[in-house]
Parts: sequence; C-alpha cells; structure tokens
Amino acid sequence: MPFQSTVGDYQTVATLETFGFLPPMSQDEIYDQIAYIIAQGWSPVIEHVHPSGSMQSYWSYWKLPFFGEKDLNVVVNELEACHRAYPDHHVRMVGYDAYTQSQGTAFVVFQGR
Amino acid sequence: MSKKYDAGVKEYRDTYWTPDYVPLDTDLLACFKCTGQEGVPREEVAAAVAAESSTGTWSTVWSELLTDLEFYKGRCYRIEDVPGDKESFYAFIAYPLDLFEEGSITNVLTSLVGNVFGFKALRHLRLEDIRFPMAFIKTCGGPPNGIVVERDRLNKYGRPLLGCTIKPKLGLSGKNYGRVVYECLRGGLDLTKDDENINSQPFQRWRERFEFVAEAVKLAQQETGEVKGHYLNCTATTPEEMYERAEFAKELDMPIIMHDYITGGFTANTGLANWCRKNGMLLHIHRAMHAVIDRHPKHGIHFRVLAKCLRLSGGDQLHTGTVVGKLEGDRQTTLGYIDNLRESFVPEDRTRGNFFDQDWGSMPGVFAVASGGIHVWHMPALLAIFGDDSCLQFGGGTHGHPWGSAAGAAANRVALEACVKARNAGREIEKESRDILMEAAKHSPELAIALETWKEIKFEFDTVDKLDVQ
Repeated sequence: MPFQSTVGDYQTVATLETFGFLPPMSQDEIYDQIAYIIAQGWSPVIEHVHPSGSMQSYWSYWKLPFFGEKDLNVVVNELEACHRAYPDHHVRMVGYDAYTQSQGTAFVVFQGR
Repeated sequence: MSKKYDAGVKEYRDTYWTPDYVPLDTDLLACFKCTGQEGVPREEVAAAVAAESSTGTWSTVWSELLTDLEFYKGRCYRIEDVPGDKESFYAFIAYPLDLFEEGSITNVLTSLVGNVFGFKALRHLRLEDIRFPMAFIKTCGGPPNGIVVERDRLNKYGRPLLGCTIKPKLGLSGKNYGRVVYECLRGGLDLTKDDENINSQPFQRWRERFEFVAEAVKLAQQETGEVKGHYLNCTATTPEEMYERAEFAKELDMPIIMHDYITGGFTANTGLANWCRKNGMLLHIHRAMHAVIDRHPKHGIHFRVLAKCLRLSGGDQLHTGTVVGKLEGDRQTTLGYIDNLRESFVPEDRTRGNFFDQDWGSMPGVFAVASGGIHVWHMPALLAIFGDDSCLQFGGGTHGHPWGSAAGAAANRVALEACVKARNAGREIEKESRDILMEAAKHSPELAIALETWKEIKFEFDTVDKLDVQ
C-alpha cells in the first residue's frame, strides 16, 4: 500500500478525563450538565487543584459538597467564585451519588495554567 | 419412619414431581426448557430432569434408605407452556441448598448441567435461568473489585469506559504489539485488551508482551495525564502458570489482568478472582466458547446463567455482546442479563428473559463489555443500550481508521463524549444520532474521517435465539 499524503499526523494531547476531547463548553452547555447532576439526585461538589497535581485522587474541595442543593444558579455562582479565588487551578464539577457511593459524573469546567 | 427396600424401576414422577411444593428462600431454583422424546408425558420428563440433576438414578438402590432423600432431592414444582412452541415446555426445579458446596460454581454446574443433558428421554434440554438464594450468594467472593472500585482506580466517571482489542490478534512481536497499545492509549482510549487468542505463543511469549505493554501504558499515561490500562491475558496452560503471569503483571504495576472463564474453567476463574481481590488487581473476563453452549434456543445453557455464574465466580468486566454489532444478541435479552451483572435486585421479567426475582445483596457489580464489529456510528445506540456502567470496545473501529489507531481512538472518544454530553442535556441520542455525531465531527477531523469510512457498514441479520414471548 503506497503512502497516502492524505494521512494526518495525530498529536497526543494532555486531557482531563470526561469531556476532555470536546471543545470548551459554552455557559449554556455547562448549565445543562449541572442541571443533569441535580436531576439525578446527586450532590454537586466543586473541586480544584493546581495543574501539577491533576492526577491525584484528591483535589481540594471548594467549601463543602453542596448537599441537597437544587438551585442551578447557586452552583454556578460557586463555580465562578472558586475560579476567581484560584484562577490558575483546574476547577471541576462532580456529582456525588450517595446510593452507589461513587461519583455519578465529574468534568473539568475551568482549565488552569 | 423407616421404609422398606423395594427393588426395581419407579417412575420418576412418583418421587420428583411435586406440584404442591412451595420453594424455600434457601432453595436454588432453576428453569429448564425441556423437549422430551415423543410419547413421554411432560411430568415424567420434568421429574427425570429433577432426579438426574440431583439425587436420583434410573433404578431404586438400597443405599438410598441410609439417608433422607426427602431432604436432599430436587423437586419439579411447576410446568409451564413455552409461548408459541408446542413441543417444548418449561420445568421449574427447586434444589435444597445442602446439595452444593459453599462458593462453588463448579459444583452447581456439575449437578445442574451434568449427566442430565445426555439423558435419552430428552431430545433437547436448555438451562434458561437460575435463582441463586442469598444463602449461597453470601458464600461466593464475587467480583474482586466491582464497578465502584474500578471507577475509583481508573478515575473514570460519568461515562462508559472506552477500549479496544489489539489487532491483528495473532502474529505481532512483543515490541510491535506494545506499539499498537501505545497508539490506542495516547489517542484517548482508557483501556486496551489482549485478544483472547493471545496467551504465550512462539511469536510472542507472555513476558515479552507484558514488559512492552507496561512501558506503553506508562508512557501513554504520562503524556496524556489520564489513567490507562491494558488487560494482560493471564489465561494459561496450568493454574500455576496463570498465577505466575498475574504476579508479574502486579510487579509491573499494571492495574488490570484478564481471564477466559469458560475455556479456562470456573475453578481457575474463582481462584484468579480471589488472587485479584487479595492483590488489588482488576479482572477483565472474556467468554470464548459461550456461543457453543448458549446459542441454540432449545439446548445448552442460556448466557444469562453463564453471566450470573461469572458474577459469583468473580470478574470486574464481562463481555455481553453488543446488540448492534457483528455478534448475536437481541436487545431485551441483553438488557435482562446486564441487569443481572450490575444491579443489586433484578425482578422477574419474562419480556427480558428473567424467570426469577434475583436478589444480589451486597455483591459488587460487573461492567458490561460491548465488543465485536462496532464502530462510531453505533455509539449513540451503544450508550442508550448499555448506559454508563459499560466498556465499549472498538477493534476494527479503532485500528481501521485511515490515519491509524491513535486517530481512530480519538474519533471514538470524541463520539462517546459527544453522545454523553447530548444525553445529559436531555437530547434523544438514538433518534438524533446523526446530528449529534456530525456536530461533533466539526471539531474533530479524526471523527469526520471515521464517519466517512464506516458509513455503510451494518450487521443486520435475524437473531437465532429469540425470547419466547408472543
């Protein structure tokens, strides 16, 4: 098979797990994902870490998990407050599922530098 | 009260057909689909199955009076028509708990699907389902880690795991093989898999493979910043060699190994699962030979039984078919047994092929693995069918990408994440599959090319083994 000049060069990218291969989400898209977490009955949790520690199991909590929080706006405001306080940190949104004792989902909203 | 010895041959139904019996919570229940020889009454066939799979033999024997067979015998307590089938019927049989060694799937199967399957009064016999009593389940180790622990170890949340089998499945040297692993993982897959045919052949001895694969996994992990793994197949000639390979995988700091549970056997599988539990190792399970046993609609063992047996014997991931790919399996049936892999309680539901309520108690769940002839266009359907607690594996759909395995991996990862994102946002991913994938492809040339490459490939054949519902 001769070499085809149409073959592209795939470059490895550093990613941060779930949704790491999608372009950055718009504000509305982020709202949808948080609404999904709340609709599942999961507790919203905000975590952040300096990029050098992104592979640690534990990132720092922003405050405490927002147990029982149903208001999308409260969660969004907290996400933004966390990002303002730690502008160079990764900030991720986690949905904690108390039934399975696992994370129902987790994805990075703000990427640090 | 002692009985007199009365030599001779009795009809099975006198002893083993007990329609008034109410099964105990501790009984192991089984549903067989029976097809008797012409002229043999249903009750006699069903009773013969109960007898031959428990305490009975063809003749009365003096030594049975030394025990209390009423305590030990299996009983057929119900007979039902098979919808749409005049020649077969379902026999429901209850077995007392004490017939089985604690925690031994090997022992359960030796009784239930042993000699009875060769019995001449039967034309066909199929074990459709088993209800394992909680008292037995509590004696089994089960999955060495389970879904929750596996997610925590691999740091994957909110989506199915993404994998693929390394191809070509035979003939690569260890170093070339490791290269393919590296390409897949750097491209965005979470896990890669040894093909089940790969054990330790002359072209690639196991140690060679393990070392190069370990280097590939670590490198990909370092470069992508994500947790990666490769199922190192430890299926071997002897249990001793199996453990030697498992130990070496642990020494290399690998997170997951693999076993073929039917060809390898339940005893080996349970042993390896115990080893994994003790050593913090995840266990991926392949199911070679299953279709020999489970595909014929009237003879053999249904896969839902083999799946339940695996959950008890131990494994963290099990192949379940894909529904949409190249291999047999209809949607409702598949949902029925993946429930039995993952849930803590599964109610009787004949529309899913489940004949009994099955309580799993605290037994951890098993990831359902969908693998075989699937590609990016199937992604929305796969996510809808299998949900998040699954592992989707695209072999040809990764390596067959015109730019190679890394680009193929990226295409699959983009497609998967686009589907998860759309589902979470409330979109109907199966109906809108085309739009979702095409939108995602705008940001990913890898996906655009994959969509173009596999746009015409379908596997639409009729299912051989259908559910008996009308």
